[in-house]
Amino acid sequence: MPAFELHRVTLPNGLRVLLAPDPTTPVVGVAVHVDVGFRSEPEGRTGFAHLFEHLMFQGSESLEKLAHFRHVQSSGGVFNGSTHQDYTDYFEVLPAAALERALFLEADRLRAPRLTEENLRNQIDVVKEEIRLNVLNRPYGGFPWILLPPVLYDTFPNAHNGYGDFSELEQASLDDAAAFFDTYYAPGNALLTVVGPIEVDETLALVERHFGDIPARPTPPRPSFGEPLPGAERRQSVPDVHAPLPALALGYRIPDPSTELDDYLGHALLASVLGDGEAARLQRRLVHADGLVTDVSASNGLMGALDARDPDTFTITAVHPANVDPDKVLVAVDEELDRLASHGPAAEELARQSARWAAALHHEDDRVMYRMLGLGARELLFGRAELTFELPERLAAVTPQRVQAAAGALRSAGRAVLLVEPASKGETE
Amino acid sequence: MTRVTDSTRAHRTAEEIGRTARGPRPLPPLGETRSVPLPAVATQTLRSGLRVLAAHRPGVPMVEVRLRVPFAGDEREHPARAELLSSTLFTGTAARDRVTIDDELAAVGADLDVGVDPERLQIVGSGLAAGLPAVLGVLADVLTGAAYPDAELARERDRLVERIIVARAQPRTIAREALQRKRFGDHPIVREMPAGPDVAAVEAEQVRALHAAALVPGGSTLVLVGDIDPQAAIAQVEQALGGWTADHPARELALPPALVPGDLELVHRAGAVQSQLRLSAPALPRADERYAALQLANLVFGGYFSSRLVENLREDKGYTYHASSGVEFVPGGAVLGVETDTATGVTAPALLECRYELGRLSMVPPTAEEVEAARRYAIGSLLISLDSQGGLASTLSSLDADGLDIDWLRDRPQRLQAVTTEQVAEVALEFFAPSRFTGVVVGDAEVVGAGLRALGGIG
Repeated sequence: MPAFELHRVTLPNGLRVLLAPDPTTPVVGVAVHVDVGFRSEPEGRTGFAHLFEHLMFQGSESLEKLAHFRHVQSSGGVFNGSTHQDYTDYFEVLPAAALERALFLEADRLRAPRLTEENLRNQIDVVKEEIRLNVLNRPYGGFPWILLPPVLYDTFPNAHNGYGDFSELEQASLDDAAAFFDTYYAPGNALLTVVGPIEVDETLALVERHFGDIPARPTPPRPSFGEPLPGAERRQSVPDVHAPLPALALGYRIPDPSTELDDYLGHALLASVLGDGEAARLQRRLVHADGLVTDVSASNGLMGALDARDPDTFTITAVHPANVDPDKVLVAVDEELDRLASHGPAAEELARQSARWAAALHHEDDRVMYRMLGLGARELLFGRAELTFELPERLAAVTPQRVQAAAGALRSAGRAVLLVEPASKGETE
Repeated sequence: MTRVTDSTRAHRTAEEIGRTARGPRPLPPLGETRSVPLPAVATQTLRSGLRVLAAHRPGVPMVEVRLRVPFAGDEREHPARAELLSSTLFTGTAARDRVTIDDELAAVGADLDVGVDPERLQIVGSGLAAGLPAVLGVLADVLTGAAYPDAELARERDRLVERIIVARAQPRTIAREALQRKRFGDHPIVREMPAGPDVAAVEAEQVRALHAAALVPGGSTLVLVGDIDPQAAIAQVEQALGGWTADHPARELALPPALVPGDLELVHRAGAVQSQLRLSAPALPRADERYAALQLANLVFGGYFSSRLVENLREDKGYTYHASSGVEFVPGGAVLGVETDTATGVTAPALLECRYELGRLSMVPPTAEEVEAARRYAIGSLLISLDSQGGLASTLSSLDADGLDIDWLRDRPQRLQAVTTEQVAEVALEFFAPSRFTGVVVGDAEVVGAGLRALGGIG
């Protein structure tokens, strides 16, 4: 993997800056990662971190409502933002000529966002439509990212619905938004990432010009979201009025990537050995040999690999015909995990999976947007943007024994079992 | 009362947060435009009739693969057979079984996905560039010797029936199927997803026969983009796929009927909390000299976030999370689509606003400023979309299907640059007039019906 050089600077106000020059591309990416996600929102305000992300697009001191979108797009660029467990990102990718403009747009809203009652009400409506689109009006909405955590976790930060309940979204006030911004959007709680055909000194001068006079504010203490491992299996069924077939999800806890990275990567490769491709263990057993499920997948990390701090979740999900007893699926999964826990994967099997990982990482690296988001998230969460470049080698170095141990760890710990059951409309409304 | 932070520290008010002593600042100008030339594309048509396009685009040590085979069929059973062929193509040959095929691809970091629609079958994927010969070896083996083993076919048939049941529960699929029928009647272009019972009735022999008849090189195109030497890659293709031949070309989809303007069809979905609005009208294909003007008019209308439709429906009214418009290419032409999903309670008001914005684009044409913003977005987002191996490969593949090549792509910024505000106004008047549209609304008819009928134009 081409290891792009990385340059790090921290401004006097605490803003961390990560520059990754790449002379071969004509486009530039600018991202701000803020160290707050939906795990940090308080009880009674589920969905607030995501709602606040929407508000950050609604204008700032120098920019009327709609101006942010218009300036990015009329500069030839694309933009977005997203809210994760532990961070929120804001970014744009544009022709390199728009670098300073992008820095200006990000700085203006990090300094002085325009939070108004009218925009808050408007964006509550928009977010409710987003939730209807992605959750309420479709089959398997929120499966498993909203539905599984409350089964596996006991504490509010880990268990609650990050999209939010409508009643709590509706209660969100302007004062909530002001408190949230002042507390979490301090420059010392954020990271600016710039990727593209940039000159380092020149870019740092532009960063200083636009972000330098944002006053420092205290950064919030970062609480631990740790909670004890579940000691046994916890099971819950939820009805789904839109789902034509049942589905199930298994959730397991995984090692802390910041302190046990190699064990964490062992779990990542375990997910691949189980679920990635036609030759994967669960595909062969559940889909083909036993014909129990329509589709099955496994994933290390609720929202992706290395996308959250501890605790995070290993998931196995499947959709299956109504005449298949979910317990038969669970037994087959357990037998496959037992087999791996006893014998481990074959060395060549593992080599093939790490080759697929390397290819997937190259893919991510080929687009400025994904490279930038990967660098920024890993820098913010783990202080190690370099992980992006090191991962192929580290994954290739994971031994069969480590994957074997990961399978053993899943089998010896408690877990969550979520059953999604098709329901007729009358049963839940 | 719940507070969003548990800190006892006082925070500023929203108003205090939104202003600084220095006040608003000016937007910085754009800097110098930087261009990276598009690579040359080596093109060769093999003796079998397969066109091969290869381009050198380093950056990461990967190669992107796009194989496009025209794959139309008139028979009622065609969609079910084609869909099952697509899901069993990689399940076995005389030399390899399903697992071996996947193992060989995985060993070189490769993934190949097969998809089929009423127009074409496509194999899309990528792998480590050094593994190109291995990828081509597997590809050649399935193209010339896919065996469709009985057991694999039987299993995939069951799964396909289950997957179709799941897909048809999605509101977007319900809306898409209703829209296609409304636009094109019973033309084969509407058969994007087969009926479950039709799939259940397919026999292995029928899939094998379809492969022999339809999965052929004449008229097909293979695109390779990545860290490769184009001439060497073409030679590798020639060697690997030399045995893939047929005595007849692949079958193109017949031209669909022209869109007829008319009332919207209301499709009932009991208990839906959200409705799908889908409007459509005839448009222009890429090769048309007015296409660039149409593209800009579409951007101003609903083709990007800073459009009239999004600013109205989402940012002003809060009716929707998603609203957009776009041009979809069909054989012999193109159609314009306008879509949004809105809460059941605001379905009729959202339709009213869609129609209002269509009328407004025709009657109050895009201003010079709106056209300029759309133009810069069109040029800039093109640059971004081509700045990856996958983006370039997909673009080359779809252009080639329309008989367009990389020169068309190279000249595209200049063509967009040359469009005048008057030309945008002309296409806006001609193509966005509300009277030209037809479409569907999917929602709970018992709740949304009265409001929609009051607006009129609902069948």
